[in-house]
Amino acid sequence: MIHKYKFKDKHIVLDVNSGAVHVVEKIIYDILDVYNGENKEEVFVAIRDKYDESSVHDAVSDLDYLISHGLLFSDDSHITDEIIHNKKPVVKALCLHISHDCNMNCRYCFGDQGAFEGIRELMSFEVGKKAIDFLVQNSGSRRNLEVDFFGGEPLMNFDVVKALVHYGKTVEKTYRKNIRFTITTNGLLLDDEKIDYINEHMDNIILSIDGRPEIHDKMRRTWNDKGTYDLIIKNYHHFVQKRKDALYYVRGTFTKENLDFSEDLIHLINQGFKNVSIEPVVVNDNISYALREDDLDSIFNEYEKLSDYYIQEYKNGKAFEFFHFNLDLDQGPCIIKRISGCGAGTEYMAIAPNGDIYPCHQFVGNKDFLLGNINENCFENRLYDTFNKAHIFNKEKCKSCWAKFYCSGGCHANAYNINGSIYEPYELGCEMEKKRIECAIGIQAALTE
Amino acid sequence: MKYVKVISKASFKSVCGKGCGECQTSCQSACKTSCTVANQKCENTGKQDKDIFDDMK
Repeated sequence: MIHKYKFKDKHIVLDVNSGAVHVVEKIIYDILDVYNGENKEEVFVAIRDKYDESSVHDAVSDLDYLISHGLLFSDDSHITDEIIHNKKPVVKALCLHISHDCNMNCRYCFGDQGAFEGIRELMSFEVGKKAIDFLVQNSGSRRNLEVDFFGGEPLMNFDVVKALVHYGKTVEKTYRKNIRFTITTNGLLLDDEKIDYINEHMDNIILSIDGRPEIHDKMRRTWNDKGTYDLIIKNYHHFVQKRKDALYYVRGTFTKENLDFSEDLIHLINQGFKNVSIEPVVVNDNISYALREDDLDSIFNEYEKLSDYYIQEYKNGKAFEFFHFNLDLDQGPCIIKRISGCGAGTEYMAIAPNGDIYPCHQFVGNKDFLLGNINENCFENRLYDTFNKAHIFNKEKCKSCWAKFYCSGGCHANAYNINGSIYEPYELGCEMEKKRIECAIGIQAALTE
Repeated sequence: MKYVKVISKASFKSVCGKGCGECQTSCQSACKTSCTVANQKCENTGKQDKDIFDDMK
């Protein structure tokens, strides 16, 4: 399988099964409308009016060279789902819902303004400690483990966060694990004490902000209905200045109300943030700010604009990281990871403040996906097979999709929330992801030449 | 080649053996609402002998 597309003035060809990427001349691009590696005669007939025979001959020779080296029309016999089906349950990452309460009242919140369809409560140290024990006990031979402090707003329960990090550091020595701690915050409570602690102990931090003040303030409100941009931006500047070279992301959400979201990302970059991301909102389309199919052209145009800006800034020595343009074409994840996806419900779980276990943070509160409770003595993941088998070979729409080894089948929660099944991908999300991948690859092609 | 420039020869065959599982879980990074596996880093540090079947032994 191949995928070919135009990016700026370049013609790009992607060999899906190997991951090889080629920039080709127009003649090759046109020939590939016909050529499948075995039908040279058809090629000469099909484009004889457009190119001379000698050029076509040379072009087909180029293509045959790529084919013989496994860089075009490569087969997929090495890529099977057998290895995933034989995988033993191992848990390596937890999303700890350390606070089911929030000091913001964001309009688009998927977590019920922090409560996740339940009561407002904070996780106790005892529950968090059991969660870390659960992680270590179920992690098999994995050395690298992850604990993300999430909410609601995690900084509302920061003493427990600190106590759990301390406990985790003790446990990792005992069991020879490496636990990476991360935290996501809305920034309201980010003071010097917390900043210093996070900088010392957290491998990554996600700072939520949507971009331009007027855009941010439309969605991210205080409980007494005021905008929050001015309250958090100074905290983020201060944080990033003290963070130095350690990893962080400022991350926003765009909706139908800011379809010009490239301006929001550029605003964040102009504020001095070097690691940025912006995500499409995912809500049912009866919500006024939901993204819809007829928004796709505008959204694609924004990703194109961001690509131009990325290339321009890179060439001017002012490179930044946009999460969705980070693509390592020479290495990246192995094929097993590319097939199996995000790990929700298999190696990644979310823990609610009361100890309830869910397949991921987006399923928290949905009792159909309740897997157990951390306070129970034994855990058996009743949905393991359901999630383990929800990979690209078992999703009809993914089988024939060129992007399947990049998105790995997409987000289970989005699929469930929009289509009612984790086996049916959220199509609007697929289209946006494909565009982002095309841009990410195109940028590398543009910067390589 | 006259008309082709190879930008990447990346072969999904050759990376990481059978999958050591040491890489980051995608949603623990920056997205939280979309699946972005391809931009994760491989963290196999040469442990080709250690793969997901180790946990079955």
